[in-house]
Order: sequence, then C-alpha cells, then structure tokens
Amino acid sequence: MFIIGELINGMYSNIAFALKERDKKIVQTCALEQISNGADALDLSCGPASKNPLIDLPWLVEAVQEVTDKPLCLDSGKPKVIEEGLKAAKNKTIINSTTADIEKLEILIPLAKKYQSKLIGITIDTRGIPQNKDQRLELAAVILTHAGENDFPIQDLYLDPIAMPVNVAQSQMQDILGAIHEFKMISDPSPKTVIGLSNVSQGAKLRSLINRTFLTMAVASGLDSAILDPNDKELLDTLITAELILNKNIYCDSYLEAYRKK
Amino acid sequence: METQIVLEKWPGVISTVSIGATKAEGGTRSNVVKIGGQTAMPLLFREGVIPNKPKIAFEIWDIAPLDFDEELLCAYGKAIRDPFAWAEVCVNDYKAELLCLKMQGTHPDFGNKTPQDAAKFVSTLLHKVKVPLVILGSGDDFKDNLVMPVCSEAAKGERCLIGCAVQENYKTLVASVLADGHNIIAESPIDINIAKQLNILISDMGLALERIAINPTIGALGYGLEYAYSIMERARLAALSGDKTLASPFICFVGQETWKTKEAKVSPQQGIIWETLTATSLIQSGADLLVMRHPQAARNVSKHIEALFRE
Repeated sequence: MFIIGELINGMYSNIAFALKERDKKIVQTCALEQISNGADALDLSCGPASKNPLIDLPWLVEAVQEVTDKPLCLDSGKPKVIEEGLKAAKNKTIINSTTADIEKLEILIPLAKKYQSKLIGITIDTRGIPQNKDQRLELAAVILTHAGENDFPIQDLYLDPIAMPVNVAQSQMQDILGAIHEFKMISDPSPKTVIGLSNVSQGAKLRSLINRTFLTMAVASGLDSAILDPNDKELLDTLITAELILNKNIYCDSYLEAYRKK
Repeated sequence: METQIVLEKWPGVISTVSIGATKAEGGTRSNVVKIGGQTAMPLLFREGVIPNKPKIAFEIWDIAPLDFDEELLCAYGKAIRDPFAWAEVCVNDYKAELLCLKMQGTHPDFGNKTPQDAAKFVSTLLHKVKVPLVILGSGDDFKDNLVMPVCSEAAKGERCLIGCAVQENYKTLVASVLADGHNIIAESPIDINIAKQLNILISDMGLALERIAINPTIGALGYGLEYAYSIMERARLAALSGDKTLASPFICFVGQETWKTKEAKVSPQQGIIWETLTATSLIQSGADLLVMRHPQAARNVSKHIEALFRE
C-alpha cells in the first residue's frame, strides 16, 4: 500500500498558523512525523482559508523538501496552483487532482506529462458526485481514455472513486468498494487506485474505527494507495495486518515492526 | 514472429556482505570476499545486476575430523590430522579463497576444548593462512556462548562471518559480532517466518541487516533439498520486492549435509557427484556462499560457476 500522509493541510489549525506566520518548522515536523510513522508520500494542501494559494503551495513544497525526498502530492482544485507547486518541486510529485471534466483533463494531463508527475483522477464531473458504481466506471473510462489518447502512462494514473461519508451515503459504500475492484480491470496495464480515506468517517463519532474498517475492505478490493492519517497507529497496524492476510508480506512474529523497517 | 522476452524489474536489492578485512581496512587478510548485492533472481542476468558470483568456502575443523568419510580423508592425505596443515592444503593446493572453520573440538562430546584454547587456535590460524574466515561454533549452545565470544575477540578487526545465531540463542553472538566488527550467520530451520523474525531480532540489537547472512538450513540432494529451494526462492522474491528484513545473502552448508547421506558413501565418485549436484542446485535457488568439503566437488562447482557467469 502506498500511503499518502494527509496532515499537511491548511484546514488544520497548526498548518494554517504555519502558513500565516511562515513557520517552516511546524510543517517540517509534521512531515517527518508522518514519514516516521509510515507515510510513503505527503499530501500538501493550503486549505480553503489560504488567501494566496499560488504562493502558499510552493512555500509548503519548499519547506517539506528541505527535510525529505519523499514524493509530494500537490492538492488543489485549481490547475494554476498545482503548476506553481510543480515548478517549486524537486521531489517526485503526484497531482491531486483532476476530475473527469474534459477542460480539466486538457490542462492537467499535459501538465503531468511536462513535469513527469503522477496524476490522481477523481471520478466526478460538473454533474456532481456519482451515485453508483456504474457512474463511477463511466467517469473512470473518460479519464482513462483521455490519458491514453494523450500518451500519459496509465500506470502513473491513480483513479479515485470518491469515498463518501458513511453517515451521508451509506448505500454507496458497496459501490465504492466495487468500483475500486473494477477500476483495475478496465484497462491493461491497469491504473492504480486511491481514496481519501478520512472522508468515509466525516461527521461520524467513531472515526478511527470506521476508517480502519473501510480501509481493510478496500485493501481486500485491491486498493493500491490511500490518503490517510499515518499517525493513527491502530489504522496502520490494521492496514499492515490486512496486507499480511492477503499474502503481500511474509509473516513473522514481529511483522508490524518488519513492515515499519521497510 | 519474434518472441518477446518478458523481463521482471525488481525494486529491492540483496545486501552485500564483505568477508575479510585487508590491512587497509584494519585486518590482515590477503583478500576480501563479497557475497550478495544482486537485484535479480539467480542467474537472470538480464533482469538486474548480479555483481558477485556464488563463492565456495572450504570447510575445516579445529581438530582432526572424527566422522568424515574415507573419501574425504583420502582427499587431504596426512594433512587432515593437523588442522593447520589441512587449512594450508585448502589454500595452497586447492586455491580456497575462503575457509569455513568449525570449532568442533570445543563440543563437550568432541574433546571439550576450553574457550582459551579455541581462541588460541583462531589466532594461530589467522597467522598461518591469509584468506578470510567463516567461524562456526560446535552447535552446543551452552558451550558456544563461552567459546564464540573469545574466538570473535581473537579475530577482532578481521571481519569474519560468524555463526550460527538461532532464535533461541542469538544475543551473546550478536553482542560479540558487534563488538569485534564481524558479520553474523542467522540460522533458521527451513522456516521463512523464523528467518525473518531472527533477522529482526538481530537488527533490534543494533547489528545492521546488511551484516547478516541467512543460513536457511538445507538438505542434500534427495534429503529435502527442494524444501530449502522453495524457502530460499520465496525469501528472495520477497527481498527483491522490497522486504529488507529478508534481503540477506544465503550461506548453505553443502558438504556437511551431503556427506551424511548413504548415497555419498556408496563410492568415492558418487560422493563427489552428490556434493557437486547439491551445490549446483542450490546456486539455482540463490545460494551465495557454499560451504563444501571435497576438493574435487569444489573444483567442479567452481568450474560450473565460471561457465554460468561467462556471458
């Protein structure tokens, strides 16, 4: 599982404060803590409060890559902001994200190619959030076709079926898991899959339990990557165990420690 | 139509274990033997880098062998009665680039030599031969814990490969190896889960994973070789996929296992063939260091390795 740490986000008060005061230390500490807990990459988002994301995102990029060479996941709905982040990045990058809207794909796919970045494609378009598995597959096909026609390497494409909060869209959970499974089958080579895990428990009370239960089911459905809180130790332990049960790693009594030594 | 060859690319790499330290590195060895370092499955040269050929260590003991087959005794002649002469024959006559010394004479049932005598033996051997050493205890845990620390100390700075640590008894040996700058052999009973666990336990004591060689425990041809083969293959696949806790080179005790078999005792020629075939099969499964007994078998395997790597 490719773990993308979600904690560098302007919607958290510490990061909002760091952005406001230009305090690199706070961001860097947050980056290193996530990595030491198992993050393979770090999501960077200025959050909705940022008044000037065109400057804030590159600042986050520079602050983080001073302390790590892990890939950076540039998180913004605005292609211009993403491009500023890509310009500043020396580390490998993942664009987070494009939707299935042609006008967005036409900007972000060339951008990803130009900067040799990976790309997350969310199965959503201007019509809104898909309501079932088939709509998700339809939008996935739009993204895949566009990527294929423009020579974007499919193995660098991460499809996100959009995880919905269980207390809002309970009836869609099976569709989301089914989509993860079927995304892998719609092309060869198959695209990768990713979800923003914390969405699943948004507004719920037992967040950590819901997150780790959903993640286990998603991993069993073939999920390749997740944007999550790597500092949630129980979540990571559950993930490592789920992968062990799927025979992705060799068992030993200290398998949790073994995974973390990787 | 031309057949397209599918090549696998692996993200992982097997650690390189260096045995022996030259003067420049603080030791007194004439050469350094490197094992491991590959980024591909055995002999799949086009899938990655295989920087080091499998190596052969000649097995010697600190006493004249008691239960060796007649054929083995003949191969070394009178020298076999004197361990130092035996070692010198291996190096001078058979061009061994590495010796594997078993401290059999310290075993309570094989003479029960004192730790001090054992340490003295190691010092003298290091003086008499200049090739790198693998040093093994006698297999008696209690005695090994007394003998191996002083043997390790006697060889301090020579960067030997010392064994064998097992899951129930590894702490004393790891501490010595750490203190004296050696590498360690981690032995597991044809069990990949224990192999992985033991590597973690050893690295938790502060010895880098890069200083471990795995003894997966093998059986000779006809005696469960295929079990060892599949364990080694599975460990290697995991290691090349990125599992650092299994990314250690393998040491295989070919001679000791072969010459136990009734087939090897049938005739001198058959014994040599048995040892040769056990070794060459293990090369296919990823063996990096083969500890062998019969010089003719060692020569056969050495030729075979040259042929495999001629490309």
